[in-house]
Parts: sequence; structure tokens; C-alpha cells
Amino acid sequence: MNYQAIKAIYIFEMSRMRRTLFQSIVAPVISTTLYFVVFGAAIGSRITEIDGVSYGSFIVPGLIMLSILTESVSNASFGIYFPKFSGTIYEVLSAPISFIEITIGFVGAAATKSIIVGTIILLTANLFVSITILHPFWMIAFLILTATSFSLLGFILGIWADNWEKLAIAPTLIITPLAFLGGSFYSISMLPPFWQKITLLNPVVYLISGFRWSFYENADVSVYLSLLMIIVFMFICLIIIYYIFRTGYRLRV
Amino acid sequence: MLSTEKIIEIKDLSKVYPDGFHALKSVNLDIHKGEIFALLGPNGAGKTTLINMICGIVNIHQGKIKIDDHDVINDFRITRKMVGLVPQELTSETFETVLGTVCFSRGLFGKKKNDQYIKKILKSLSLWDKRDSSILKLSGGMKRRVLIAKALAHEPKIIFLDEPTAGVDVELRQDMWQVVKQLRSDGVTIILTTHYIEEAQQIADRIGIIDHGELILVKEKENLMRELGKKHIKIILEEPLNEVPEELKSFGLAMDENNSSIVFSYDSSDKNGISSLLQAMSICGIRFSDIETKESSLEEIFVDLVKRKSD
Repeated sequence: MNYQAIKAIYIFEMSRMRRTLFQSIVAPVISTTLYFVVFGAAIGSRITEIDGVSYGSFIVPGLIMLSILTESVSNASFGIYFPKFSGTIYEVLSAPISFIEITIGFVGAAATKSIIVGTIILLTANLFVSITILHPFWMIAFLILTATSFSLLGFILGIWADNWEKLAIAPTLIITPLAFLGGSFYSISMLPPFWQKITLLNPVVYLISGFRWSFYENADVSVYLSLLMIIVFMFICLIIIYYIFRTGYRLRV
Repeated sequence: MLSTEKIIEIKDLSKVYPDGFHALKSVNLDIHKGEIFALLGPNGAGKTTLINMICGIVNIHQGKIKIDDHDVINDFRITRKMVGLVPQELTSETFETVLGTVCFSRGLFGKKKNDQYIKKILKSLSLWDKRDSSILKLSGGMKRRVLIAKALAHEPKIIFLDEPTAGVDVELRQDMWQVVKQLRSDGVTIILTTHYIEEAQQIADRIGIIDHGELILVKEKENLMRELGKKHIKIILEEPLNEVPEELKSFGLAMDENNSSIVFSYDSSDKNGISSLLQAMSICGIRFSDIETKESSLEEIFVDLVKRKSD
């Protein structure tokens, strides 16, 4: 294992976050505040409680998950797409590193960034509502697993994308709608039975449900099913990445 | 005396791109330890494809490449550590600092931090004063130097310089060749492609000429110049001639516009041509006042070879 290379990629990617510190930290704080103003204050005045939890507190796990998903995909896809776009990918491809090390470096940095953003949102939310974390270990596990698996997805999208438009498509047209429709701001038990069944096809439902359970022990689906779904999703992404590096798809001709 | 110990061994290497373009056709080539090998060829000849295949950037279609007796695919961790690449394109992490990007390259190739070594490289390339500047603010020539520094950051034994002096001004170019000479004296094997053939003529030990994916020729530079080079003698006549006399026609002479001088071209290996010509001129009673000599440059040999191949 080339640990030096993993460290080099990780530090290099994290330094991108340092260069854009304002954007990296202030943007999620502002957007979280806006969500609380819109959803917490406006809607929260009409929906006081869901499953015994105040609406403001109820949306916190969904809000964190929404950011984790979009940040993970954006960071990881940009991290690998930019060297492809600028041509500096030649250096990574000619270095004595395997696909596992490349993936750990890029995906590790992307997941770290999104976990930092998630933590900032949690701290910001704590200023508006009282938050209880009944299962902190599970909360951290869900946070890391979700950030990692969606960073893997972002990494795949970054390799697949051959222009900026494609790079922007996935977060905008897929991840955000899935997160909004996956129960970020409501419990799926509030939906009519037909839509509840349809919603279960959305993988994000399991992530948000599991994550919310770690806070309040309220879940739309079993916590073990949530965990299983994340692990299965992660393995699918790893298999795709293995295939990409084995064939050189969009990296080596 | 040049070493003949192989450091790179290329056997029957071919590359066909997905669009069907046959970039390399059964290339066989050995690179010797410690030499400067210049790979010349017109645009699209396959130079960059060959380099990229050795470095692992382009997939091998057919054939084998070994570096220091290790296969570049099976033993990629060993072989890639030995190789540094300066690519043709000015590719760089625009917003990163010079020091940051060079340290990144060292780490990427599995080497631990070594501030002294990085400082030495940056100083030798006149980049030390710019170490905290972002690459965005550097000129094209300085960016080229950064790429060289990145390629040297992991102390490679072999370095590929793909058009290293393209777009670089004369002063920077000379500095770069000084660095190349220094590397060579440190025992680094250097493989370069360049459009400035006179530079290859000055600096290279061996020359390879590639065209349309085929390696036409590989020779030691001195032998190449001797065997394929032509010498030209311009003989200034005391009195102009109306035409080349019949007795001298077999020499293939050319006359200038004023008919006041004749030019005799012969192979560098031909030892008897000049004396035969001078003897024949004496018999014809042609007197001359001066003689000028000129030798083919590598560029002329290169152009001639590539032209002959396409004919």
C-alpha cells in the first residue's frame, strides 16, 4: 500500500477546501439558517410535532443528510473531474498507485469535507432548536457511511462526466430531488399509502430514516435495513470503480 | 564510452486507438542506462503515445515494456517509481502554489517529505523565489520549469521530456539544458522529444527517428551523422564556367547563379570523392581561388529520412 500517495492526494484535495474556506463553511451555515427560517418557522408553525419530536428538531437529521449527499457527490466528482479537465490526471495515472489508493485519497478527502459541513450544520441547527442524539455511535456510523458511499458515487460521476454540464446534472437533477422526496422534511408515514410504497424505492429514504433514528429513535424503516442499504450501495459503487480502473474507462485510452 | 546496459526494453509494441488510428506499429527499442536518447519525428508520428505507454498513461495494445527488467504492468509499483515525466502540454493545478504542487508529486510517488531535496530542485530551476506563488501567476516558461520540478521531485532514474522547450525563450531553454546535463552527470537516463533538432544534435547520445508509428532508425548520433550525413564543398572558381564540363558531370556538381562556383555533395563516408574531383578539375584546366565546406545538420538528415520514407 502506497500510504504516502494516499496522504498526498488527501492533503492536496483538502487544501482545495482551505483555499475556499469561506465558501465551504459560510455557505452551508447560511443555507441551514434559511431552511430553518422557511421550514422551521413557516411550516413548523403549522406542524408542531412529528412522532413526538418538534418539527424544527425533526428536520435536523434530514437537513444534515441533504447536505451530506449533495456535498459528497459535488466534492468527489469535482475532485477527480478537475484533474481530467486540466490534464493533471497524467500524474496520478503515471504514479505507482493502485485504484484502491487513488479512490481512498480522493473519496476520503471528499467524505471528510462533507462530514465537516454536516458537523457545521449540526452546530448551526443547535442554535435554533434543541437536538438530542440518543445513539451517537450510530449517528457517526451513518454519517461516515453515507458520506463515503455518496463520495464514491460522486467519484464515479466525475470520471464519467466529460463536460461541466454533465458534472452538474447528477447533484441537481438526481441527488437533490431524491433527498427532498426521501423524507428530509417529513415522515413518509404522512404520505398516502400508494406514495409510501413508491417512496420506498428511493434509496435516500433508508439513509435519512436510519440517521434520524440515531437522533430520536424515530424511523420510517428498520435501522438494520437502512444500514444494509448503505453497505449494498457502497459495494455497488466500489465494483463500478474497480471496473473503471481495470478498463481505463474515460481515464486511459 | 556509452553504457549498453538496458534500462528500458520495448518489444513489439503496438497501439491502435479506439477510433482505429494505428499510432504505433511493432516498435522495438532499447534505451541504455545513463544515456540521453532523442526521439525525433513529425507531429502525430507516435512519440507521445510511446512515452505515455511506458509511463502507464496509455493502455498497451500489444507488446511488452520492461524497465530495469521489470514489466511495466505486473510490476508497476517498481517501474513507475523509477520514471519521471514532463508532459508536452502545460498542465498544472492552477490555484496551487509551486511548492505545494512539487511536494504533492513527491508524495504521489511514495516518497517521504524532503525539504532539502525539493529546495535543491527548485533552486536549480530558478523557482525557489516563486515557491509560494500560485501557478496561475507564472509565465509559460516558468510553468514548464514547474513541470520539470514535479517530474524530478521523486528522484527518478529515468526522465521523459516530451517537448520540454516548446514555448520557452532562449535563456530558459539554455538553463533547462544545463539541468539536463546535470541530470545526466548524476546518472539519470533521459529520453526527450524535441522540435529543436539542433538541440538533439548538441545534447543526445543516440537518436531514434519515428514516423507514422514506425521506428525508422536508431543510431548513435556520431554514427548517424557520419553514415547519413552529407558534406558539401563549394569551390570558388577563378573564372566563371558556361557549363559543367563533360568530364566532371559524373560528380553531380551544381553551379551557382553566376557560374562562379560549383558545389560538390558527397557522403561523409566517401573518402576519395574530393581528390578525384580536384584531379579531374586540374585535368580540365579549371582553376579555383577558394574552398568552403559544410556538413549536413541532424535536421537535414531527419528531413531527408522522413521524406524518403514517405516517398
